Amino acid sequence: MAGRTLFDKVWDEHVIEDLGDGVQLLHVDRHLLNELSGHRGQLEIAKRGLAMRNPELSIGTLDHVVSTAPGRRGGPAPWADRMIEIFRAESRRAGVAVHDFGDDGQGIVHVIGPELGFTLPGVLLVCGDSHTCTHGALGALAWGIGTSELTHVLATQTLVQQKPRTMRVRFDGAVPRGVGAKDMILALIGKIGTAGGMGYAVEYAGEAIRALDLEGRMTVCNLSIELGAKIGMIAPDAKTFEYAKGRRYAPEGPQWNQALAHWQTLPSDADARFDAEHTLDCATLAPQITWGTSPEDVIGVDAIVPDAKPEALAYMGLAPGRPIAGTKVDRVFIGSCTNARLSDLRAAARIVRGRRVAAHVKAWVVPGSTRVKREAQAEGLDEVFRAAGFEWREPGCSMCVGANGDLVAPLERCVSTSNRNFVGRQGPQARTHLASPASAAAAAIAGEIADVRSF
Amino acid sequence: MEKFTTLTATAAPFPQRNVDTDTIIRIERCTGTPKAELGKYAFEMARYLPGGAENPEFVLNQPRYRGAQILVCGEFFGTGSSREMAVWALAGMGIRCLIAPSFGQIFQGNCFQNGVLPITLPPASVAALMRQASAPGAGSFTVDLERQAVNGDIRFEIGARRKQMLLEGLDEIDLTLALEPKIAAFQDADRTRRPWIYGCTRS
Ligand code: SF4
Repeated sequence: MAGRTLFDKVWDEHVIEDLGDGVQLLHVDRHLLNELSGHRGQLEIAKRGLAMRNPELSIGTLDHVVSTAPGRRGGPAPWADRMIEIFRAESRRAGVAVHDFGDDGQGIVHVIGPELGFTLPGVLLVCGDSHTCTHGALGALAWGIGTSELTHVLATQTLVQQKPRTMRVRFDGAVPRGVGAKDMILALIGKIGTAGGMGYAVEYAGEAIRALDLEGRMTVCNLSIELGAKIGMIAPDAKTFEYAKGRRYAPEGPQWNQALAHWQTLPSDADARFDAEHTLDCATLAPQITWGTSPEDVIGVDAIVPDAKPEALAYMGLAPGRPIAGTKVDRVFIGSCTNARLSDLRAAARIVRGRRVAAHVKAWVVPGSTRVKREAQAEGLDEVFRAAGFEWREPGCSMCVGANGDLVAPLERCVSTSNRNFVGRQGPQARTHLASPASAAAAAIAGEIADVRSF
Repeated sequence: MEKFTTLTATAAPFPQRNVDTDTIIRIERCTGTPKAELGKYAFEMARYLPGGAENPEFVLNQPRYRGAQILVCGEFFGTGSSREMAVWALAGMGIRCLIAPSFGQIFQGNCFQNGVLPITLPPASVAALMRQASAPGAGSFTVDLERQAVNGDIRFEIGARRKQMLLEGLDEIDLTLALEPKIAAFQDADRTRRPWIYGCTRS
């Protein structure tokens, strides 16, 4: 028998029933709820007169619509407070633990899941948010769902899914200085396009992936959806097990040993076959930055703006044939489930330390979770950012999507560590350039798109 | 769920590639707008001029495409965010069928949950339909789900289960609830096999 992939192993052990035609009923081990998508599903099952089947397999938090203003107590407006209240009340009624303001576990769903040990290798995890693929960094099988599927999970603890094909992407070589996880995955999206992974569950492998810490791996898996794939995974290894150990919801004692023995069987077999394969050489990578309105519109920061997609260039206010470096920026956003973990803030702080944000730039740091915020403060990173002229804000999704009103003004240009540079994503007519935390920090200091390698 | 059997309706060309769900429905419409009102906000940024008047350039504002129920789309329609409001907004403006070379995967799943039929066809077939929908005096298109055909002779593939659910207007939650004994049996066996999965948040 041919070897099996990580994806196949995890998928197969969650099959409850084969519904024919490649469609299977799968068990959901972990469900992450947030106020925005979660409350709609909660109201829907209530309307149907159904109860949550396994509230103990879910946790909730507040992230999308919360204010991130220093000292915040709730949402930015009464409608948001109402939504938060519904979410709290329905969660309480169902018996779901909500990580609320003040709790270390409050924060962006994809930051807190791994942090709390709720996300574990080999679990099938879903959430009403497309970046749920992030959790694949631990070897979990994880993807984002809409309201109907979310309601289905609440009521049945299962999902009906068509099994995707498999793809492996090997990142070879060692990444140069100034280049990191965000640059690796942006470069891949630039190479194979935003539809390149469509219909696949992607496994990221290779020397450069093994070299990443778990937070970097989360950044890579986070952008799987920008590659067109609902699912991105990385085989669990010693780093993964060390990361998970001792976390709040992680198993302990004999159960830890039993889980560990199981997890060690999960990596793809040496002779496993994938339906598609790609490779990317990391040794020659430059820091990446997007120039257009799709994550695939990406170039090295030392490259020139291509003569392509005239509509995107017009929206972005860029002329083809000119270097992208030196383009003046108005805003810098360091945050989101892509890049708001402690290691991201450290990478940005290394660039910022002892320097000043350019006078015309409004720069924000929005930590991914309360825990990230507290740990960063314990290291004095908040002081580094504040002293340079950054605003140090409260954890939430913030300017990644602007559901809470944190927006970039029309025609303003923002270098952002988030994951989507779509038209209007950060606000009507807002111009978004996606980049790594270090590159975003460099842009804040320089007041323009800048090559972080020269810092 | 509303049934989908046969649909004869105006088809509008929508050739942009990579139309993301943020573009289909803006995030601020996903936070409080009742489902029934989302239709008027579909494609808001392109559909209205600053100030709120209709943009006459926008395809679905053109007299011949008003009330279109079929969209012939560019590659990778519905990429991005998982927001199901994108499908609700399209359905709210009357769209029942989308034809494209490919779809965002989460969006496509959301369509099936709402009685909207997303048809995947080879790029050449979509291009031909796009030309047909754009041609002056184009008539309506007919989509026949039972026969899996567009305009009589263009065949499309769809999974047997999805097809049956659309034809009969079945509800997935109801179907799965009927499998409850299997779910319970799975969990019973799994509790022994993977005990660390269960009860983790109760500690
Ligand atoms: S940070 Fe952005 S991408 Fe991540 S969960 Fe929040 S809104 Fe979604």
